[in-house]
Amino acid sequence: MTAKAHPGRDALQAKGWLAAYKWLLLRRASQLGFLGLFLLGPWAGIWIVEGTLISSDTLDILPLSDPYALLQSLAAGQVPALTAVLGGAIVLAVYALIGGRVYCAWVCPINPVTDAAHWLRSRLALPKGWQPKRATRYWVLVMTLLVSALTGVLAWELVNPITMLHRGLLFGLGFAWTVVAAVFLFDLVVSRQGWCGHLCPVGAFYGLVGRFSLLRVKAARRRDCDDCMDCFAVCPEPQVITPALKGAAQGFGPVILLPDCTNCGRCIDVCSRDVFRFAARFSQAEETAPATEESKAAA
Amino acid sequence: MSRVLDKLTEKVTSRRRFLADALRGACGAGVAGLLLGLLATQGRARPAEALRPPGALPEPDFLGACVRCGLCVRDCPYDTLRLAELGEAVTLGTPYFVAREVPCEMCEDIPCRAACPTGALDPELETIEDARMGVAVLVGQETCLNLLGLRCDVCYRVCPLIDEAITLEREHNERTGAHARFVPTVHSDACTGCGKCEKACVLEAAAIKVLPRDLALGELGHHYRLGWEEKEKRGESLVPDIIDLPDRLPEHLPEHLQEWKP
Repeated sequence: MTAKAHPGRDALQAKGWLAAYKWLLLRRASQLGFLGLFLLGPWAGIWIVEGTLISSDTLDILPLSDPYALLQSLAAGQVPALTAVLGGAIVLAVYALIGGRVYCAWVCPINPVTDAAHWLRSRLALPKGWQPKRATRYWVLVMTLLVSALTGVLAWELVNPITMLHRGLLFGLGFAWTVVAAVFLFDLVVSRQGWCGHLCPVGAFYGLVGRFSLLRVKAARRRDCDDCMDCFAVCPEPQVITPALKGAAQGFGPVILLPDCTNCGRCIDVCSRDVFRFAARFSQAEETAPATEESKAAA
Repeated sequence: MSRVLDKLTEKVTSRRRFLADALRGACGAGVAGLLLGLLATQGRARPAEALRPPGALPEPDFLGACVRCGLCVRDCPYDTLRLAELGEAVTLGTPYFVAREVPCEMCEDIPCRAACPTGALDPELETIEDARMGVAVLVGQETCLNLLGLRCDVCYRVCPLIDEAITLEREHNERTGAHARFVPTVHSDACTGCGKCEKACVLEAAAIKVLPRDLALGELGHHYRLGWEEKEKRGESLVPDIIDLPDRLPEHLPEHLQEWKP
């Protein structure tokens, strides 16, 4: 599979600019929006949300906590107090419903960094470099919990670039920018989609959380696929597409079920044939595009 | 037959590949874990001037209970608290304050503790006077103005628990032979470690400093009993009927002791 330098050109011609970037724009707006909510306090004095992604307080009513951080705390031998547990439960419930890795694509502040690296990498047509198994992140996840248990310290929080960047923007960056730069360079030069797609234990954790989520991307019109490979080129986890898009013969349904899918919706954008759309997990019915000569022939 | 063999080979190679991948993943994560473990172990050492917020659990527990969210920092009305940034000697993201820069103002309602979602700042701390962030120690025995015989008294005056946490103890000034020294004396059973004394000390470098309690305080042997306290408890001496042995004196007393009788 060769990554195209300019995936999505067909979609741009077929659907127009707005439709070809719809989900990407929404996603950037969401990422900026969540960051902005946190920044309004320290930058503008408007305190809607206090704290950081790891634990926050919205309008003195809604506590939210990162269940992965609480899990590390538990592993370290500490039982979090009720507020944190409640906040963690709310976060777990939401992501279990809408897809765990929605956090990665729609909230995480490192995602724009690695997306930028990926964009530049495809423009420069760099080789994909070191590609450790995608399952490596689960090993890292287990490792962080083990180290937490052995040392009594929240292990991943010593190096987590996500919270480092987020906390840095809110409280003072220190040398945290070096870690963010390291992630960018790692993804650009060393390993294509290496950080988010292969190593990050936060993504691994949220993938597990959304294992049975209701909201999924569905290759509803997979019969219309013209094998342009644009979706594979833009997808941060291309392995999730194959069964849903190409697995009809092997008995796979059109819904993307692998938990690695981040529900970013970029495949929906770049498909000139509108093969993909968001759907409920259990909607197995396949659809066809409004009849054209081509689709009739394909059917 | 050959098809069966093919299938078998395929099974063996795929199992072998699976095991190799798993081993590689585990070893890679193991190496990373070793580095992370080293980082975690080194992170446990905290500079003595970095004080934790009121109600903070003992340091080893605190590092596992605090999720580094910063809510305590946000709710501190005096901007005393801050989060450790990357490159500082304090564990990344954990809250602390430096008394000489901004001390704790000892708010009645302890907003930092109230903001803590995890209990890393102990919810059972109800009155700020029970906080034990550290303990003030008069380290500048050669520089403290009061010890030099002057009346500075600033640490004593600013102490929120004046006459409880710091008292002035009067002593004879041996240097002049004619004056008194008023020695600032910290009482660890009352000192919260807020650091207002250290902040207020007028010297270039503070003569009174708040230190972590485990570093600053001695501890009696657990089996030690203080005779005078035991005596008071019992109402009489613990060792009754002490035999009063005769005092042995030199046979030839010097002249000035000739008159002396025990």
